[in-house]
Amino acid sequence: MSLGVSAIGQGLLYSLVGIGLFLTFRILDFPDMTVEGTFPFGAAVACAALTHGASPIVATLLSLIAGMAAGAVTGLLTTKGHIPVLLAGILVMTGLYSVNLRVMGRANLSLLHQPNLFNAAWLKALPPYFDAVAVGVIACLVIVAVLIIFLNTQIGQAFIAAGDNPAMARSLGIDPDHQMLLGLVVGNGLIGLAGGLLAQNNGYADVSMGTGVIVIGLAAIIIGEVVFGELTLSQRLVAVVLGSILYRFVLLVVLALGFNANDLKLLSAIILALAIMIPQIDHRLRIKRTLRNGVKANG
Amino acid sequence: MAEQLKLDNVAVNVVADNTVKPLLSGIDLTLAPGDYVAVLGTNGAGKSTMFNAITGDIEVASGTITLAGHNITHEKPEKRARLIARVFQDPKMGTAPRMSVAENLLLASRRGQRLTLASRGLKAQMAHFEQLAAQTGNGLEKALDRPTESLSGGQRQALSLLMATLKRPELLLLDEHTAALDPKTSASIMSVTDKLVTQEHLTCMMITHHLEDALKYGNRLIVLSQGRIIKDFNAEQKAALTRADLLDYFG
Repeated sequence: MSLGVSAIGQGLLYSLVGIGLFLTFRILDFPDMTVEGTFPFGAAVACAALTHGASPIVATLLSLIAGMAAGAVTGLLTTKGHIPVLLAGILVMTGLYSVNLRVMGRANLSLLHQPNLFNAAWLKALPPYFDAVAVGVIACLVIVAVLIIFLNTQIGQAFIAAGDNPAMARSLGIDPDHQMLLGLVVGNGLIGLAGGLLAQNNGYADVSMGTGVIVIGLAAIIIGEVVFGELTLSQRLVAVVLGSILYRFVLLVVLALGFNANDLKLLSAIILALAIMIPQIDHRLRIKRTLRNGVKANG
Repeated sequence: MAEQLKLDNVAVNVVADNTVKPLLSGIDLTLAPGDYVAVLGTNGAGKSTMFNAITGDIEVASGTITLAGHNITHEKPEKRARLIARVFQDPKMGTAPRMSVAENLLLASRRGQRLTLASRGLKAQMAHFEQLAAQTGNGLEKALDRPTESLSGGQRQALSLLMATLKRPELLLLDEHTAALDPKTSASIMSVTDKLVTQEHLTCMMITHHLEDALKYGNRLIVLSQGRIIKDFNAEQKAALTRADLLDYFG
């Protein structure tokens, strides 16, 4: 029971990574590598702020702002510096490693005996592990609702169009560079926020906690797509949240089967690869089945 | 003559292998409001380059471009979008494939406008879009909720055309917009094009390789060769032209 609740809580908090990545990877249609630096950056900023006496709410907001700043740097390197977005993301991710060490002053910063968001009295009153579920549900509800409203505004529609067909967007007066910058700022802001929340939930920030986080985010997106199929854009945001929770349960099952916890990153990568391949395999099987049935029908 | 579009000594160059190669040289062209100009020329003559210079997708080396009283020579393409609409050869280029037909039309209805965080207001426009889409005569009005990528090439090009004219442009550029379509669909799209351009009295330039279309549609015809305008026929001269006359320009 507690393992399941913990998986839901972690899934909800990590789903913010998936939602942040969804904006760039699925709507704007490019891979953003900044996330592997942004996630620990958000965690480092939140933990450093808490150890310097900031309130948990302020520390959490700072993790959001830190992520947005990192996304802005990648965006400016791409749009103004004309560095390909993949490379710009890798550059910022690499640079953030040193920044994170500077922010924390060391490789690992513990929140032992520090007040944080999860120490709030009303969360303490909940059964074990339900605190992460409660914070995750609130964060997801607010963020998904705000994004759904945004995507249905005039600027939101321009944002979708810029990802769908940049040349067409430009011909309608929409600057795809502005939309790319917007996506990177908001997306990385959410990922920084996820880092800040998870650091508080886990009780520490670590300089290497970003390794593989892009796989976790992509897994949430792709598992959501594989399981729930054709959806509207707004529904797909909810599917990312559910995909993130399902991914946590898949990991639980894998570990329950006796795999070594040290192999978790490898297993995560394999799960993601399988999730990506399933629709392709299913598509090919359907074609074969249709052809076979066609041959039978024609005698 | 009132001037809607004026290209004054426009030149466009590219640098290849450390040498400057002219793509357009000394282009002088003036269009009156409502001019409907067919643009002919061999491949590489500079037709699409001239369109790219007008839309700002390529920088001019010298000369000025004035449209509806605005000097747009050095404006960014997205800023020029308030004045210019373009339909491309490839039906996929002018639409957002994963967005619905209605969403594409909605975006086009705000071409060149400053966008805000106000609601997109799609529902209020649906009846209007249905009426517009019905004009194309190819069932587009029944596909308003469908993603654009699910449309046929003809439907998608009809949508591009509607999008280009939904908010009246100061200049409509048609860049071989029927070249990728089968003959029947091409004829149908040309018929819709002619209706929209003449009814709305739009200023329009249309690149085409269909000599019959160049002769049939529009009140002017220009021929480009090696980056220069070598012939400019007015309505009267154009009416006297034959297919054989035009073939001479294709050497």
